[in-house]
Amino acid sequence: MKKDTIGDPMNRVDGRLKVTGGATYSGEYKITGLTYGVLVSATITSGTVLSVDTKAAERALGVLAVITPFNAPKVPGFQPGAAKPVRGLKLFNDDQVHFNGQPIALVVAETFERATYAAGLVKATYKAVPFETDFRKNFDKGVVPNEGRYKDYVRGQADAYRNAAVVVEEDYMLPSEMHNPMELHVTTAFWDGDDKVTLYTKSQGVIGSQRAIAGAFGLNLANVQINSRFVGGAFGSSLRTWPHEIAAVQAAKLVKRPVKLTLTREQMFTLVGYRPLTIQKIGLGAAADGKLVGITHESHSQTAVYEEFTENAVNVSRFLYASPNANTRYKVVPLNVGVPAPMRGPGEATGSFALESALDELSYKLKLDPIELRLRNYTYRDPERDLPWSSKFLKECYEQGAQRIGWDKRPAAPGTLRDGEWLVGYGIGCGAFGAYRSKTSAKIKLLPDGTVNIQSATSDIGPGTATAMTLIAADTLGMPSEKITFELGNSSFPVAPTQGGSQTCSSVGSAVHDACLALMQKLNTLAGLAADSTAPIDYGGILQKLGLPVLELTHDSQAGDEAKNYSMYSFSAHFAQVYVHPLTGVVKVKRLVAVVDGGKIVNHKTAGSQMIGGAVGGLGMVLTEEAVFDDRYGRYVNGNLADYHVPVNADVPDIEAIFIDKPDPIINPVGSKGLGEISLIGVAAAVANAVYNATGKRIRELPITPDKVLLA
Amino acid sequence: MNPFQYTRSSATGAAIQSLVKDPQAYLLAGGTNLIDLMKMGVVKPERLVDINQLPMKVVEKTVRGLRIGALVTNSELADHPLVLQDYPLLSLAINAGASPQLRNMATVGGNMMQRTRCGYFVDTAMPCNKREPGSGCGALGGYNRMHALFGASEHCIAVNPSDMCVAMVALDAVVHVKGPKGERVIPFGGFHRLPGDHAEKDNTLERTELITGVELPAAAAAFKGHVHYLKVRDRSSYAFALVSVAVALEMDGTMIKAARLAMGGVAHKPWRLHTVEEFLKGKTASDEVFAQAAKLAMQGAKAYQYNKFKLTLAPNAILLALQTATA
Repeated sequence: MKKDTIGDPMNRVDGRLKVTGGATYSGEYKITGLTYGVLVSATITSGTVLSVDTKAAERALGVLAVITPFNAPKVPGFQPGAAKPVRGLKLFNDDQVHFNGQPIALVVAETFERATYAAGLVKATYKAVPFETDFRKNFDKGVVPNEGRYKDYVRGQADAYRNAAVVVEEDYMLPSEMHNPMELHVTTAFWDGDDKVTLYTKSQGVIGSQRAIAGAFGLNLANVQINSRFVGGAFGSSLRTWPHEIAAVQAAKLVKRPVKLTLTREQMFTLVGYRPLTIQKIGLGAAADGKLVGITHESHSQTAVYEEFTENAVNVSRFLYASPNANTRYKVVPLNVGVPAPMRGPGEATGSFALESALDELSYKLKLDPIELRLRNYTYRDPERDLPWSSKFLKECYEQGAQRIGWDKRPAAPGTLRDGEWLVGYGIGCGAFGAYRSKTSAKIKLLPDGTVNIQSATSDIGPGTATAMTLIAADTLGMPSEKITFELGNSSFPVAPTQGGSQTCSSVGSAVHDACLALMQKLNTLAGLAADSTAPIDYGGILQKLGLPVLELTHDSQAGDEAKNYSMYSFSAHFAQVYVHPLTGVVKVKRLVAVVDGGKIVNHKTAGSQMIGGAVGGLGMVLTEEAVFDDRYGRYVNGNLADYHVPVNADVPDIEAIFIDKPDPIINPVGSKGLGEISLIGVAAAVANAVYNATGKRIRELPITPDKVLLA
Repeated sequence: MNPFQYTRSSATGAAIQSLVKDPQAYLLAGGTNLIDLMKMGVVKPERLVDINQLPMKVVEKTVRGLRIGALVTNSELADHPLVLQDYPLLSLAINAGASPQLRNMATVGGNMMQRTRCGYFVDTAMPCNKREPGSGCGALGGYNRMHALFGASEHCIAVNPSDMCVAMVALDAVVHVKGPKGERVIPFGGFHRLPGDHAEKDNTLERTELITGVELPAAAAAFKGHVHYLKVRDRSSYAFALVSVAVALEMDGTMIKAARLAMGGVAHKPWRLHTVEEFLKGKTASDEVFAQAAKLAMQGAKAYQYNKFKLTLAPNAILLALQTATA
């Protein structure tokens, strides 16, 4: 019998459905009586809505309702003293406008076109007040967030770098970056009576969505059904329940029919988060031998006036390199902008760009190879928490990556290697991201025909979750993967964490693994064997013999004290070879090599794809992506996919993913640490450092577009 | 999007008549730009006249040169054997634009009629004299990284986004148009206009006229041996030019017998470089001569807050394009 083993390169179980149009996404469900919601956005940046004239819209053909701050049905979770208050923007709950593009009305009509047309007929009057969107101008208004991990951190002496023999002190800027998944954000909602609601919505976590919607509308959890079986990319933009999702539910209640609300691409620039504009200061001080004396990392990011957003931008500087002295400070600057959201490699990708760029600068000052500099400051224990690593193979990442990219061809002096008219350079950038494991439950069901079905309320935003879970189950049960189905994206399934923070394989994989073991033990017992017998199990046969129509169990799986006793991280080293044209400033990335210590790799095929996807995201971050704001109007001037540049196929070079593939012995039974974030973290610095190596030009403001290279 | 009437014309005369009868009528060909603008509320036609059935889909050799029907798609034109043989510059320029999917839909006439991609033009919540005369130019004191170096006015500093048109103007193409009063021809260089006091007017086509075709002169085939279209952009495909340069040279050994040069991404129209052409005529090709030519091309350039880099990039691009064309 064919056996599928963890690590095998397995095709996606839903691949055929996806490429043949058989996969139904949240906006594609054919629901009887469906109506369409279109949001109307404010055109002022701060102030009060004085009136909304909805008469023309209401008279337009097919319009069922126009919801405004002046007539919106109350959302219980928006009210003072609510049992589960809704966090963030309370749409249509009051007349205040906090940012340009904030919705001020929702039109519901019989067709999308009629709703869109009527939305254009809604006219609002405002009392506009002065606003602040200019990050640099408001830099000094930055505040330290309240939450513990964002508080100032000092190890040894603060700013010790200043007194070192060799010093780097520079600022690094990252503009706001949009997630821009291909699939638009969409929610379809319909009520069954007054106390039951069903949603088809783009979500990275159906349990999180269920809790949020139940909280907002004061419903029992069991009466809120969330479906999100297929997600066309999210990158963090669907980690939370957004105001427009609540508005769709609110509208469905009002019109007593199903409502589908789809954001436009332009609306996605303001309503579903982004990686925030961040300016970081890095101070590095080293002795002449390259040993770090001090690291200082300070960061300012923008957030919204109506909700604070925070991320781990500075934390990487506390533990990635050995230094007796290290201090970090993280501040957020509240502005009249939409609230940011975690975006792939949240915080760490931003922080790593600054730290790894500064380290590269230091290497040239020390006349030391950048890899050698990293080796001289390698951490064998976590200096932040003074704990052992659960596993760390970053050194191996350096070695393998250097060999694959051809690091020996890297010129020690920048701007000295040419291929024809192009300048050639090499760079390295490293990253780390916490390896997490959350409590997860899975239900496993065996039928007499020997087939197995497993359910867990996790999601798949692209990594191939169902495929990996099928493979884990096949390996654990010792049966062919064809006999196993794995279902996700449904809130009635056993509880699983939101797909974020690179923890799905670790958390859900453990639950699947443990549920399979529990099933095997039960079968062994039923067969009269010791529960932990390792003899091959005749899965269908046991049920047939006993006349059991089904054997089903639900298993909870969770971490113990591992995280208290170990520091657990995935690590990556990214290598880039770039070509830069001296006359045009155009940067072409010729090769990328990503070497990752992500623990045990469950499915080499989808893991490789995940690494490539993350690297492409990193390419966008470093070379092309920037949401440009006009601070006079408080509006984006490139809020569309033509002018906001994500990389196109022609920008993407040969990308090679290499896995250390050593199971982490601590984190979970599978030994998998996670890849989603680490695939992106470090890419930007690798490319920026390669650009310096090629040209001798240090670009500290992303993205590295031709104009910046030319004028540097 | 506003409700609109949709009609199809199968005869050129009827299409012109619908423009005469209905001042709010727009012609629809590939629709790759117009439909987007309608969705964004930038234009609100009351009637769309679909002209895709008009007999303007032929590329044919004439006594004067090559006649290209207005409804020939960008893809067809770029791949046409006669274009590849005699006017390779045009093929290079077309293929540098948009994406294959867009080029499959977009037509020659539509490419000429496409509007600027200025961020202030496409956002109805910001001022733009081109979209709403008298509302002001958002780009002038705003984010003007993509904007003009030449021929702008205080009313508009937007650029024409076309690649195809840069090659067309360099090759001395002629535009054939037809209106209620009959046919006329417009030299390609006179088709698009500078903004002046009327930023809303992109070109010199009368509202009741339609483009029937473009003609490339037979003489322009003399330049086929030494051509290059250099487009510098923020990503490798599907991005508008920061600066583009079309070069076509007629060489006699290392001597430049005649030169044709034009730039894209620097003006409200494809920017022909007549002075540079005169300068290069009769010169021996060398980096020094090319550098002088590039410097000459920049006379009269005026940059704004965010597009100062073009003052460096544009001459570099001219130099590189000339080097490549003569390599």
